[in-house]
Amino acid sequence: MAARRGTPVAIAVILLLVTAAPLGLPGQTELQAAIAVACVYFWSVFRPASMTPPLVFLLGMLVDLLGYAPMGVGVLTLLLVHGTALRGRRVLAHRGFLVVWLAFSCVAAAAAGLQWALTSLLTLRLLPPAGGVFEAVIGAGLYPALATVLGWAHTTLAEPDHA
Amino acid sequence: MIHLSIPVRQALGKLTLPVLILAAFGLMLVGKADALLADKARMALADALAPIFGAVAEPVAHVRDAVDNAERLLTIYADNARLREENDRLQRWQAVALALDAENTTLKDNLHWIPDASAAFITARVVADAGGVYARAVLLSAGPNHGITKGQIALDDRGLVGRVTELGARSARVLLLTDMNSRVPVILESSRARAMLVGTNGSRPRLMYWPEGMQPAEGERLVTSAEANAFPAGLPVGVVHYTSSNVPEVEPAARLDRLEIVRLFDYGLRGLLPPEAGVARPTDRKR
Repeated sequence: MAARRGTPVAIAVILLLVTAAPLGLPGQTELQAAIAVACVYFWSVFRPASMTPPLVFLLGMLVDLLGYAPMGVGVLTLLLVHGTALRGRRVLAHRGFLVVWLAFSCVAAAAAGLQWALTSLLTLRLLPPAGGVFEAVIGAGLYPALATVLGWAHTTLAEPDHA
Repeated sequence: MIHLSIPVRQALGKLTLPVLILAAFGLMLVGKADALLADKARMALADALAPIFGAVAEPVAHVRDAVDNAERLLTIYADNARLREENDRLQRWQAVALALDAENTTLKDNLHWIPDASAAFITARVVADAGGVYARAVLLSAGPNHGITKGQIALDDRGLVGRVTELGARSARVLLLTDMNSRVPVILESSRARAMLVGTNGSRPRLMYWPEGMQPAEGERLVTSAEANAFPAGLPVGVVHYTSSNVPEVEPAARLDRLEIVRLFDYGLRGLLPPEAGVARPTDRKR
């Protein structure tokens, strides 16, 4: 069903909008960037039918517009995360949580590094890398909690037959 | 829908990702070539979200205040002692200030001083962080016909916050003075030396380009300078603070980490405008 297939993207959009709201959390912008990467990674590994490249492209546009990054940076990063996750999913989907988490930590670090490099390139100045490092750390730290919630959504909202 | 054979569909499916990755590069080029388009899309989204954020901001502020109050209860005794001492000091200063004010008034009367016209201002609520990972900015929510223009100067109750850089129909983006792209000409209040306040994306911007042969003093107050016609003279900016590696930084007077309401002043200064507004400048000059 279309609604069930759309659940993963809907969850990602809602999480992005909520983290854009003025909650006054420290490091909220880094959290937002990390959540986008985590959502795309999780659904690309566990439910690629609902996280197709065009949807990832649109999510990336939303990330760029909400995150005030140069246009295209978030799009490219998320598409590459999606591609990497798709390639690794045959191995990852059957491994334990720790392996998936470890792989995600590497992907999140690479994504944050790429975002930093591209933003530096497009704004023509060497940006302080602290924001990117923070984003990677927050992503790796947040993933277990987010994966629990997304995993629950995966088996209940998105695909109840497979619960 | 067109029915394709399974191999064709699979081949197309495999092509989607590379094509979209190319499209992402294209998007980067377009964003770089036409920054206005990206800004417009961004502000359109901000316009749509600003009223929602505005509605969320109020309850969140209440929760934050409640937490703050609970924290203050723990330090109530120490705070009380400090405030008593500060109050004594301020009472003395108040006497000095009143005497100076009276003296100033008589002197101005005698000199036929023409006072500066007080600038018009608009008050707007800060509804969201609009900086992203690599910038420092805030989003303001304003009603339709808000009258905000680019280049207006934002102040909170304590000092300079930044300048309006992007405008939407119901929102405006203010670049904070801590942003990497922010440059504010300042005057050191007691030595009257001019310097530049350079944002670093950190919480404390750096002080640069002060004249040779002097050194900014620790704790010295900074005010804006009218040089470059971007700011009016004399707005409070912050105080000088040296880092452990002896680099002069500035502790902003404004509480940039918890802005709730800012005032936007229109001083009619057209010294520095964003690039796209520069098109109109030759006609400005003819006047």
